[in-house]
Amino acid sequence: MRFLLVEDNQNLAMAVVNRLSLDGHVVDHAPDIATAENYTSTTTFDLILLDIMLPDGDGRSFLKQHRKHQNKTPVIVLTARSEISDRVGVLDLGADDYITKPFDFNELEARCRAVLRRRSGSGDNTKNVGNLIFDPLAGTLTVGQKFIELRNKELRLLEILFGAPEMIFSKPNLVDRLFSYDEDVSENAIEVYVARLRKHLDGSPVRITTVRGLGYRLSLP
Amino acid sequence: MSIPVNSSYSIKRRLSLQLVGSAAILATILFVLVLNFAAQVSEQSQDNILTASVTSILDSASIRGGEVSVDIPYAALSMLGNVSDDRVFYRISADDIFLTGYADLPEVKQQNRPDESAGVRSFITAPYKDDTIRMVSATRQLSVGGEPVNIGVSVAQTRNGQASTLARISRTAIILGLGFFVISAALAIFAAQTSVRPLSRLAVSVSRRGPKDLRPVQSPVPTEMVPLVKSLNSFIARLKTSLTRSEDFIAEAAHRVRTPLATVRVQAEIVMRRVEKPQNRKALKEMIRTIDESSRAAGQLLDHAMVTFRTDHLERKSFELADLVADSVERMAPLAELRDIKIDMLSKDRGQISGDQILIQSAVHNILDNAIKYSPPEQVITVIVQRERQGDLKGITVQIADRGQGFNKNDSARLTERFIRGDNAADTVGSGLGLTIAKEVMQAHGGDLTLNNQQYGEGACVSLYFPF
Repeated sequence: MRFLLVEDNQNLAMAVVNRLSLDGHVVDHAPDIATAENYTSTTTFDLILLDIMLPDGDGRSFLKQHRKHQNKTPVIVLTARSEISDRVGVLDLGADDYITKPFDFNELEARCRAVLRRRSGSGDNTKNVGNLIFDPLAGTLTVGQKFIELRNKELRLLEILFGAPEMIFSKPNLVDRLFSYDEDVSENAIEVYVARLRKHLDGSPVRITTVRGLGYRLSLP
Repeated sequence: MSIPVNSSYSIKRRLSLQLVGSAAILATILFVLVLNFAAQVSEQSQDNILTASVTSILDSASIRGGEVSVDIPYAALSMLGNVSDDRVFYRISADDIFLTGYADLPEVKQQNRPDESAGVRSFITAPYKDDTIRMVSATRQLSVGGEPVNIGVSVAQTRNGQASTLARISRTAIILGLGFFVISAALAIFAAQTSVRPLSRLAVSVSRRGPKDLRPVQSPVPTEMVPLVKSLNSFIARLKTSLTRSEDFIAEAAHRVRTPLATVRVQAEIVMRRVEKPQNRKALKEMIRTIDESSRAAGQLLDHAMVTFRTDHLERKSFELADLVADSVERMAPLAELRDIKIDMLSKDRGQISGDQILIQSAVHNILDNAIKYSPPEQVITVIVQRERQGDLKGITVQIADRGQGFNKNDSARLTERFIRGDNAADTVGSGLGLTIAKEVMQAHGGDLTLNNQQYGEGACVSLYFPF
């Protein structure tokens, strides 16, 4: 996914960029509206994260312009607490969701995912392998005649594995990415989800193989 | 919140009393003046008639054959009689020798000068025969055989007629004075009311304002009230600045605390992905949890400050509770999904309540957040909005139930206190403020928060009750 982050607080911006990059997203950072407009006129983004208070103007005017130009890229507004009462106004202007700063990254990730699913449904991100169709945005998996709605953890696990086929992911790595740190889970919890995914993938050419002592790997035919 | 005001006196009452008092004094003065004037006039007219009578008697005095002769003209006494039935007395003397009439009429000391032929008139009021008389005396010089003789004539009349006239006039004067007093008193009260009216109008226009209405007073006021309104406006401006400052401070503080924590957390996460040694991973995980805990505590503390701040200035607005709850549910769904939890809204009874939407949203948000945290993964959280009757009280309840461990019986009374967390919550990141915030919001709205366990099966059930 390609994200545009419009945020003037350098520290917060770097934290968001680093965190989203960890999950394999590409994030461009614009510290002001002028830079953001420069980006949007040349690049297509999957999602824009927009701050309201920017050094060269109000994020809402950017949002208005953005929608006026028929730009359909979903926008999540980052609001400060004192702007709470403006939340509704932001949604009216065409934002897809808002998140109150300072936010948890888990929440940000969850909201991004929800917005992306709601907005685009399916698209270029769909993976087709033989009789298997995996749509990560819709969270669905089709194997031949079998249609499966994936649970959130199953979906994210499959996404991680599909992101780098043939690469070995260790159990601790997968736990880090699947569970938040306030959940006390053992590494064996991964086995449950791997078992479920294997069942879903039954009948397709895609396999999840265990590499003894190292972890799991997605094998394509 | 109303603080008793120390009121020393009422301008309206004081002004009315002062004006009514002056009206009473003026009415009394008017009464006395009219009475005096009437007395003067009536005395004057009696004096005039008496004088005319005396003059006509004196005129009729003549010397006949060396003798003083006085013919009292009929008219001289009859002109006195037609005024009233007052008695008339007279005395005629020559050189202080009594000639005729009533000898015992009071004497009048006369310092006549010899060159004055017509004499000097004198007017006295004196007691006579159990009555009060008004007496006019005059002298005339006649010459008897070359010798000057002073003829003195006194005519007196009792004053009964005058007194009755005066009584009549004084009655009229009393009515006049009273009428004057009543009219001026009415005008005074009206004037007092009118002059105080701008004050009460200002008071009403200020007290009718909502708690967030901090505009300066701009409606025109009398010149005398300009300093008051000026200082009121400057007070409003100061209040506004300090309110904005506290709100900004709360937001700013949250930002300042949580942003660096977020940065550190990301660094730790990045390191975590590269570290393989179990004990290092454990330490890093501890660190991230602690960061989460402090970040959350900071956020909740400032949330709590915000709630306290807003409940002090509660901004009520009417809205549909079920819509607000549905909104919150929709907003929390992505977070619930992280743990594969579904939030089901089973009932959406309609019902408008009046309150601060942001506060109520924050209460519902905190309860939902708890439900998501304490519910096992892949479970359902149920939300019910239901009209209810508690005795005579009609209200609407929001029930949020999860399938977690539920509340520990011993805990549930203390859980809404600050920083108190359940004994079974040790493994979950939390600040111990969520329920406190919700409880305070409910209390500010005259509602109630109750913690129960589900009747059937496991799990906690939190009810928010709003009276209509």
